[in-house]
Amino acid sequence: MSTATAHDTAHDHHGPPAGLSRWLFTTNHKDIGTLYLWFSFTMLLIGGAMAMVIRAELFQPGMQIVDPNFFNQMTTLHGLIMVFGAIMPAFVGLANWLIPMMIGAPDMALPRMNNWSFWILPFAGTLLLSTLFMEGGGPNFGWTFYAPLSTTYGPESTDFFIFAVHLLGMSSIMGAINIIATILNMRAPGMTLMKMPLFVWTWLITAFLLIAAMPVLAGAVTMMLADRHFGTSFFNAAGGGDPILFQHVFWFFGHPEVYIMILPAFGIISQIVPTFSRKKLFGYSSMVYATASIAFLSFIVWAHHMYTVGMPVAGELFFMYATILISVPTGVKVFNWVATMWRGALTFEVPMLWALAFIFLFTLGGFSGLMLGVTPADTQYHDTYFVVAHFHYVLVAGALFSIIAAVYYWLPKWTGHMYDQTLAKIHFWWSVISVNILFFPMHFLGLAGMPRRIPDYAIQFAEFNQLASIGGFAFGLSQLLFLYILIKTIRGGEKATDKVWEKPEGLEWTVASPAPYHTFATPPQVK
Amino acid sequence: MRNLSVNKHLLLALLGLGNVVYAGSVFAEYKYNMTQGVTPISGEIYDLHMMVFWIVTAIGIGVFSVMIYSIINHRKSKGVKPAEFHESTEVEVLWTIIPFVILIFIAFPATKTLLALEDSSDADVTIKVTGYQWKWHYEYLDDDAKGLSFFSNLDAESNEARQLGANQDLSQVDHYLLNVDNPIVLPTNKKVRFLVTSNDVIHSWWVPALGVKQDAIPGYINDTWTYLKKPGVYRGQCTELCGKDHGFMPIVVLAKPENEYKEWLAQKQAEKKAAEEEAKGVWSLEKLMTKGEQVYNTSCAGCHQANGKGLPGMFPAIAGSKIALGPIADHINTVMNGKSGTAMQAFGAQLSDADLAAVITYERNAFGNNTGDAVQPSDIKSAR
Repeated sequence: MSTATAHDTAHDHHGPPAGLSRWLFTTNHKDIGTLYLWFSFTMLLIGGAMAMVIRAELFQPGMQIVDPNFFNQMTTLHGLIMVFGAIMPAFVGLANWLIPMMIGAPDMALPRMNNWSFWILPFAGTLLLSTLFMEGGGPNFGWTFYAPLSTTYGPESTDFFIFAVHLLGMSSIMGAINIIATILNMRAPGMTLMKMPLFVWTWLITAFLLIAAMPVLAGAVTMMLADRHFGTSFFNAAGGGDPILFQHVFWFFGHPEVYIMILPAFGIISQIVPTFSRKKLFGYSSMVYATASIAFLSFIVWAHHMYTVGMPVAGELFFMYATILISVPTGVKVFNWVATMWRGALTFEVPMLWALAFIFLFTLGGFSGLMLGVTPADTQYHDTYFVVAHFHYVLVAGALFSIIAAVYYWLPKWTGHMYDQTLAKIHFWWSVISVNILFFPMHFLGLAGMPRRIPDYAIQFAEFNQLASIGGFAFGLSQLLFLYILIKTIRGGEKATDKVWEKPEGLEWTVASPAPYHTFATPPQVK
Repeated sequence: MRNLSVNKHLLLALLGLGNVVYAGSVFAEYKYNMTQGVTPISGEIYDLHMMVFWIVTAIGIGVFSVMIYSIINHRKSKGVKPAEFHESTEVEVLWTIIPFVILIFIAFPATKTLLALEDSSDADVTIKVTGYQWKWHYEYLDDDAKGLSFFSNLDAESNEARQLGANQDLSQVDHYLLNVDNPIVLPTNKKVRFLVTSNDVIHSWWVPALGVKQDAIPGYINDTWTYLKKPGVYRGQCTELCGKDHGFMPIVVLAKPENEYKEWLAQKQAEKKAAEEEAKGVWSLEKLMTKGEQVYNTSCAGCHQANGKGLPGMFPAIAGSKIALGPIADHINTVMNGKSGTAMQAFGAQLSDADLAAVITYERNAFGNNTGDAVQPSDIKSAR
């Protein structure tokens, strides 16, 4: 996005080369951030198109459009693509763009590895999507790929899925190493840890989660590969293995994973709310400690995804207590944001609107999360649409909304142009209304007894499914408007000032808009 | 007409969005909220659910009121000056401790219910529930019901209506997708224990009205239990993704008073005896084909498809297959013992001699496989 080289920095003589090679060989954190963001947006649209297929089939009872096996491929790939292709790369893209500028560093610590960790992604994504065109179809066992459905019973393309997951994992781990190395080594003089912006803090903690969790996922898929081809029986009961072991290993990765997708969101909201409240973030240090506590707890609650597998009572009690405990630090975060707004001087620019929607809707998702954490009640909720409603509230109205908020907040800094405010407001209201029409009825569906991952349903679920589908189509369409707004802003628009907002805090607002290709060649002095 | 009624309901649903709780009573079936169910446990779960729901609602009202107050009153356009405060240890400690205390209030009843839910001791009746792709198998283990076992499939009417492009009026189908050919029958006022396992992939046995959801996992036998107080029909579904037809393996529980339950047991055992007698004779090709088609449609068509063409890359075709056109002994062996490392199950233990003979005959003569072979129940018996 940023092609401006006119600003006077020491590196002007080697600005970006022209053409494709700029993007292929780039080691510039801003270019790589841009690549990550466009990649994730592309994946959002592909994964979204799959969601449209799902909602179209579920529009009314009976099978009308796809067969059940293809439906399962859609739910599986929708989940995988949104998690590994859309949400995670978007946060890494934001980290690339913002962390060096926020801590006053000239670039990421490991620029060549940065290039590699991005360029793995398009290949991994293509490998994953290519399974749809293979004989027998793509992965059809859900994004959680429980054995033995994914091992003994998986389609042939499962091996391609396994290698795609390996590649995505490598990319994430390299990205995480880079972020940790950058934050720990390249802060400007005076930028102590407890002075870092919250976005940097949450990403530092997220990066450690990634390094701890992704190898576990790699282990799980490698064991699958061995079960499928090398005669082992890790997960095969007939050979002395254990299908529940798969779930323990998967969720030991999977639960930290959900915090990997939400901690950077907390960081973004903690940047945006103070700016538009014109007040410092309330409880900075408690925000840092709360993030760290959530990260720690995220490693000891994994089996709350498995309350119905037949665990011993002592295990179920432990996981219930640990799970509901997470609501304490999460609550602290929400309270701190509200206290930041309290007696501020609020304005409601588009990033703030998205941030407020995040706080409201993520909190709703948190409430249903607390309900789900209560083991006996989960006997009824587990694997129903109540769960689908819950995790879409935290991942769409939570993680995705925070990413959109971040894009609107920093877009003027990246492009040098203000977005079209009217269109952006339409985009916001359209999305926030449709997302609720889409996901709120799913609570009722789940409570009334509709299981998740079914291609067809009993007729008493018809009305709410129809409503959810209408919301889904509207929400899908609203993201095309987002695409239009982005392109329009990149091409032109009202010139943004260097500060962009009235009184934003942080080093990124001290450089020109658009941010020059190289920033902070000489480190700034932080007071 | 049907479209019209859907739209009317849609309107009702829209109105209902603001009316989260208890609006369910307007409808005959629960639409908005969890069922209270018909067992002591399902009632306790419902109470717990409502308690946590009201707690989070109260917290939500509190937090959102403060936020909304702030949004309305603390805006720059009203000319307010932002305050300077940005930390307070006392406040942070307070809003850490208060939620913690609330959690303890939730944890007590939750623990009590969980302990009750997990106590399956002293059962009066024990039934083994086995998940198969894509049907349930019930086996009654007590002495008075020894040897009684049967499969429970999606009933034929729903099965026909749920095919891609079937385009039927689903409101005319009896309990669409929630009806089976053979329901599981349970006595009321008895503690019934279920031993839950699976023959292939993981399934999950869920009947909301019973408050029972238990995963069926190959290699494990999980146990759970229920205590039904009133007779009735209670419906549920598989809740763990188990492959292509995961959405099409419902559960129907028929709860009967003890005397009727005993009658049902006796009747089932008599039927079984009659079927065994019938299997002893020599069957005509026609009779085998008729029976074979039925068995094929419930046990085989899920994968190999009703037209015998299979699904390329996933499930092989029967039409023109080497096995269906090859030696009879190999065909019997494949059907009875399955094929390890694939989705092909061993049907030897699942189907009777007559069913196996009929379905193998059917596969050898249908879909253009005109071999003319008739496999007799006695052939199966000697192959066992």
